[in-house]
Amino acid sequence: MTATTVVEPWTEAPLVRYVGQASARLVVVMTPAGQVLAQHGFPRAVDLMGVSALGAAIVASSGALAELVGERSFGALFHAGERHGIHLASCRTPRGPLVVLTVFGRETSIGLVEVFFEEFVAALQAAAPAAEARGPVLAGDFEAELGRSLATLFGR
Amino acid sequence: MSIALAKALERLSRVRGVRGSMFVAADDGIVVSQELMEGVNGRALAAFAAALARKAGGAAGATGAGRVRFLQMDAAAGTLLVAAAPRDLLVVVLAERQVNVGLCRLEMLRAAEVGTR
Repeated sequence: MTATTVVEPWTEAPLVRYVGQASARLVVVMTPAGQVLAQHGFPRAVDLMGVSALGAAIVASSGALAELVGERSFGALFHAGERHGIHLASCRTPRGPLVVLTVFGRETSIGLVEVFFEEFVAALQAAAPAAEARGPVLAGDFEAELGRSLATLFGR
Repeated sequence: MSIALAKALERLSRVRGVRGSMFVAADDGIVVSQELMEGVNGRALAAFAAALARKAGGAAGATGAGRVRFLQMDAAAGTLLVAAAPRDLLVVVLAERQVNVGLCRLEMLRAAEVGTR
């Protein structure tokens, strides 16, 4: 059984619903900095770390590209493969901006993922607490926070 | 090409009772071209019609019925029609229950031919 685990409990109900509706195989909900708030389907911490870092980097670079061509931001990014597709999009919530990366297989389609992603964003926006004021992120704090997140997500 | 698709949908939308028509990418469930009445969620319609076509195709394949060419789903509040078109496209129509399905089908098959050009 593939598990859904969350660092911030308010993300759990919307995520579980989204995974079921969209038939997603892997989902990670993270901040634009790559800090993971919730995940579904990742068996190993190392996979999740790699995917979240790459996903955050893609969103950041496409955002920079959007600015260069005079757009405020691009919508969702979609990559289609032979067996898997990837949907990568950011959204605004009271908790702050979030990035969601969804990996799906042939049992669903990008159209269905997009439809249910809209509902997922609405559910996240309704459930999210207000953002806390945060100080500058120090390297030591970041590492400790990352360690705590992975311990929560993978029970180590 | 996109103008031809739009014209084909315009013809379909003239059929009495049709609330929306669209070309949909069969594999992705994404709208290629659409003509919808206000209040019809095109993205959801495209995604669910493609999913329905895929499931029906799987069932037809498993029972040896061959390729599905036309689907009709009657629901309490309307009718959904899906026709296979070349280039992995689907012609999708959402209509009222009282729609003339024969006429709709004829126009859908004509629209599907546009996809071959």
